[in-house]
Amino acid sequence: MTEVTGTTWNVYDANTLTQAEIYGRVLCDLAEADPRIVALTADLARSTKIGVFQDKFPQRVFNVGIAEQNLFGIAAGMAKSGLLPFVSTMSAFASMRALEQVRTDICYQNLDVKIIATHGGVSFGQAGTTHHCTEDIAIQRSLANMCVIVPADGWETANAVRAAVKRPGPVYIRLGRGFEPTHYENDDYGFEIGKAVTINEGTDITVIACGVAVYHAAEAAKLLRDQDGIGVRVLDVHTIKPIDEEAILKAVSETRRILVVEEHNVIGGLGSAVADVIAASGKGCAFAKAGLPDCYSEVGYPEDLYSHYCIDGDGIVGKVRELLKREFEADEDWEDEH
Amino acid sequence: MPLSPEEIRSLQAKARQLRCDMVDVTVWAGGAHIGGALSMTDVLTALYYHYLSVKPAEPGWPERDRFVLSKGHGGVGLAAVLADKGYYDKELLREFNHFKSPFGMHLDGLKVPGVDASTGSLGHGLSMAVGMALGARFQKQAWRTYCLLGDGECDEGSVWEAAMAAHHYKVDTLTAFIDRNHMMIDGRTEDIMSLEPLAEKWKAFGWEVREIDGHDYAQIGAAIEGAQAAKGAPTVIICTTVKGKGVDFMEDQVKWHYGSIDSELAAKAKASIQAGAGAARAGAPAAGGAS
Repeated sequence: MTEVTGTTWNVYDANTLTQAEIYGRVLCDLAEADPRIVALTADLARSTKIGVFQDKFPQRVFNVGIAEQNLFGIAAGMAKSGLLPFVSTMSAFASMRALEQVRTDICYQNLDVKIIATHGGVSFGQAGTTHHCTEDIAIQRSLANMCVIVPADGWETANAVRAAVKRPGPVYIRLGRGFEPTHYENDDYGFEIGKAVTINEGTDITVIACGVAVYHAAEAAKLLRDQDGIGVRVLDVHTIKPIDEEAILKAVSETRRILVVEEHNVIGGLGSAVADVIAASGKGCAFAKAGLPDCYSEVGYPEDLYSHYCIDGDGIVGKVRELLKREFEADEDWEDEH
Repeated sequence: MPLSPEEIRSLQAKARQLRCDMVDVTVWAGGAHIGGALSMTDVLTALYYHYLSVKPAEPGWPERDRFVLSKGHGGVGLAAVLADKGYYDKELLREFNHFKSPFGMHLDGLKVPGVDASTGSLGHGLSMAVGMALGARFQKQAWRTYCLLGDGECDEGSVWEAAMAAHHYKVDTLTAFIDRNHMMIDGRTEDIMSLEPLAEKWKAFGWEVREIDGHDYAQIGAAIEGAQAAKGAPTVIICTTVKGKGVDFMEDQVKWHYGSIDSELAAKAKASIQAGAGAARAGAPAAGGAS
């Protein structure tokens, strides 16, 4: 097992490299030290940016052509024989076209296969619904054994990929197309699978986000602080499963209002995962989700789509203001309970 | 080296015993895919009692040959073989299909020692087998990978994705068997969805193709040895078989794809197996005339 810190990859400019490019470079560094690592794709070596890996380790890349079922089946067989496959394709194909292979061949057998799903959400804007994927978080988190991570940006992608190597079993890492803004300034903020990152403190309301919505939530928090004088706690819940129940319940307890923002259908994704935690706790709070309202996505530039679905800064500001007005039944015993 | 007459007699006797074991498990399980288990028994017997390099006392031995039962519903057959090989006590099979048993109709590799891949959903095994063969090559290991598919399973498009990849990567350590019993759940394969010309399809996908009688040990042995010697391409051995082989009242009967049997019927089945009965010969089914 390898530890890659502070060396070559730290000099990568995460502001100009896409998430997928950073994934490719981090994988190169990891593969230097771990001979088990191989990379697989289905005619998307270019799109998923594993080209840099291919240049360095041509014998360790398997491009199986446009055949995603076979892609994941082969990865399962390789993992069975002791290799550590990283499989890259678009999230729509990883989560739907080849779902049964991911579920039955990889998760059911609890194999060490790491899935790098690119073009998540509506990040491939103009390509339209066939190439969007607003269902994958719901699908992947319902697979037993699967760990689901939605990094906020390139830095977090690097952290997630390195953490995935250390974690036994299947991991699904959902990336965007690669033109998303970067939130973090470096990788050194204490990333840990299953642990939310508090990127803004506040006690009036909590915005829970993953993926590109983290950046937008942080922007919204600044705007709300400056314009409305509202303290918005922002949690980057990069790991959808296993989810950080402690951070969510702490937010419920300390802010009583929760808005979940994600580039996903409002059904089944991070919002539902958070709602599960809250419902099981028995605590009351004002709760809302921002995402695609159970519809198929429109075509357009991602920024326009983020705006349309209220998962950009302005959209989140609006949702927060709405939620702050919402009445909810307070728990009389609340103060005694925390 | 070709199987000697003595080895063949020994394998035939072993297969009769295994078929009886499968009948027992079918009784205990309350029902099983007995027809397709009996049709593939001779190939399984040849593999597990002559050709596969495995260590039942060490199921995870890294250098073992791999076997993927892509037609996972044949689990009742493989479970009986693995018990007989000593991977676990045959008595455990009395719990087959029962609540919380490690043994269900489709075997779970995390629960059943000796099962190299969990299968059941058709069209998955060959891709995994390709991955295993590539894994062997990548790690410079000499073990071979064998994969047994059903013929109806070849309707699945993913089988052909895997076939294309195996040819592309020239994984000549991979050998596939097709249990060509000409039947699927709803009827004869050629009536439901034509597979023929099946050999030509595999040839067109770049495979070395051998067509044999899947109940004839001399032919099974020669085909496996031919596959082991093949260079530059994977081999598929299309084994013409009879569904329900060995049990006269099951042979070539669609209804015995899945069935339950009581102890009385089991006794008849075993008597038929021990008598070496079964009028049907591969390629010349007794009933109905397979297409």
